[in-house]
Amino acid sequence: MGKTLFDKVWDAHVVKQIDGGTDVLYIDRHLIHEVTSPQAFSELETRNLPLFRKEKMVATPDHNIPTKDQHLPIKDALSKHQVDRLLENCAKFDVELYGLGHPFQGIVHVIGPELGITLPGRTMVCGDSHTSTHGAFGAIAFGIGTSQVAQVMASQCLLQSKPKTMRITVDGELNKGVLAKDIILHIIAELTAAGGTGYFIEYGGSAIRSLSMEARMTICNMSIEMGARGGMIAPDQTTFNYIEGREFAPKSEAFEQAVAYWKTLYSDADAIFDKEYHFDAADIEPMITYGTNPGMGIKIKGNIPEKLVASSQDSYRKSLDYMGFLPGESLLGKEINHVFIGSCTNSRIEDLRIVADYVKGKKKAAHVQAMIVPGSKQVEKQAIAEGLDIVLKEAGFELREPGCSACLGMNDDKVPAGAYCVSTSNRNFEGRQGPGSRTLLASPLVAAVTAVQGKIVDITEFLN
Amino acid sequence: MEKVVKVLSRAVPLPHEDIDTDQIIPARFLKATSREGFGENLFRDWRYNSDNSPKANFVLNDTAYEGSILVAGKNFGCGSSREHAAWALYDYGFRVVVSSFFADIFKGNALNNGLLPVQVSEGFLEELMETIILIPGTKVEVDLVNQSISFNGFIESFEVNPYKKECLINGYDDIDYLVSIKNEIEAFEKQAITI
Ligand code: SF4
Repeated sequence: MGKTLFDKVWDAHVVKQIDGGTDVLYIDRHLIHEVTSPQAFSELETRNLPLFRKEKMVATPDHNIPTKDQHLPIKDALSKHQVDRLLENCAKFDVELYGLGHPFQGIVHVIGPELGITLPGRTMVCGDSHTSTHGAFGAIAFGIGTSQVAQVMASQCLLQSKPKTMRITVDGELNKGVLAKDIILHIIAELTAAGGTGYFIEYGGSAIRSLSMEARMTICNMSIEMGARGGMIAPDQTTFNYIEGREFAPKSEAFEQAVAYWKTLYSDADAIFDKEYHFDAADIEPMITYGTNPGMGIKIKGNIPEKLVASSQDSYRKSLDYMGFLPGESLLGKEINHVFIGSCTNSRIEDLRIVADYVKGKKKAAHVQAMIVPGSKQVEKQAIAEGLDIVLKEAGFELREPGCSACLGMNDDKVPAGAYCVSTSNRNFEGRQGPGSRTLLASPLVAAVTAVQGKIVDITEFLN
Repeated sequence: MEKVVKVLSRAVPLPHEDIDTDQIIPARFLKATSREGFGENLFRDWRYNSDNSPKANFVLNDTAYEGSILVAGKNFGCGSSREHAAWALYDYGFRVVVSSFFADIFKGNALNNGLLPVQVSEGFLEELMETIILIPGTKVEVDLVNQSISFNGFIESFEVNPYKKECLINGYDDIDYLVSIKNEIEAFEKQAITI
């Protein structure tokens, strides 16, 4: 029987099996940030253990940092303490660190790929659930808890039971105004927020193959929102072209050799998946969420369902009450006061280009506060080089400095209680963007149109 | 890690589905750099108003309910990988969480911290939830050795990874084991296709 892409990469990393179901899995790259690493470093110190493979780690602060005046000391004392701890720990343990102001700093899941740290066939972990992003390259990448961060620090390995495999195939041509974000929101709405739990997903089909690397990252990024451990896409010429020439990617002959290996990373024709789903790209339209988990999404023109099969009536009502919506209602015409474009889902240069391209020569609605936060210093630099900063500014958008920002509101970038925010991030949980905030997840294009119109509209009527 | 073998306690009902780790411990409380003290902010925004006064209708503020077993709706612990969620539940005093479905990363984090996730059938969960809501004094027994959960004569068995079971019963964690096989890991590295 043939092997899946997932099996090929997993099997190449099994150090040993300790009982029927648990493998010692070798980890090629470990990314860390300030929020989930301090207790892991303390754990090493308490147990008097050395860092096993410091050269396989990269650190950057992203979750907790301000997105304004990053050259000044951090004002919030607790945030400052946490970021300082990361600096101290990296200095003490000699870990590569891209601190504030460093040209490589950014959201961990944005910098890994853009620096060529994320490569096909690698195993990668980070104390962050959206590590699934890196799977877009054909890597096995997944989020871990802090105890596991300590395990990887101490041994470069994790004890893992092999998840089941799922394949999601999307074939056909995408409709006008439909971006990768709409594809994944559509899939999660169909499969529910728990539909992928216990599985590792491979995405395939002509619609997926036609996507750029950045768009593929958006898809894999949100695999966790249906409960999956991760998502992956088989590497192809698009992948190799993206990687070539990046800072830490293999160069010249080593690159050729790597490509030869990467070309073996695909699911064999006779490989069997534990579960398969097929979608037709023609059915996918611009999406938006109306509830408090990413599975509660609808076509922007559609109506909020009367009830949700996957959810009890109580939980469903609680969710709609929080959002201030009614079952059966349409979202069209709802006034929106906040638009956030950013996060590891949609803060790459292509996302910024999509927004700038749409808002060029237009103005945001007067009552909207529109914030756009690049995913990394490199994205910021590129945006400025292309003059996107000027376009955005003229349209009334505020371009900030890189970080997680209002995706989780650990810094000052919060949405006020009760206010609606159309956000390109990945989670619409209660209070995710600040206590009482109400998040509607959407693509960067939907976010841009919303900012200009000041309300939710059928974006297809507004495209150039 | 402390050992977990058997828990006999009253149980706290939280009949919501898809409880994500942002609800268990909101992001703004993740700024600490130690593992202790998170229990104070467990379910912060469900438990307290914005002026820090307790919300009367939330179960943790209702003196009728107490115990070291939390019983919650399906898909518990979805969302963020923050282990702080497991620390907060443990720090508050919970030793067991019962649900009909757990998110993967949460389950792993819980097991790594001596907090036992017990996955039961939908039917058993419904029966248990109803019973403890109506009769808060009901005692629930969770027996890890026999992998069973019981109350009022109802009993169901639950799955647990055999390796993890050993760890919980003995209070071991993965790090001890991984460090002990360092030579094998080094041997693996020498032959691995690392590109
Ligand atoms: S941008 Fe949001 S989802 Fe992504 S790593 Fe940061 S906080 Fe997590």
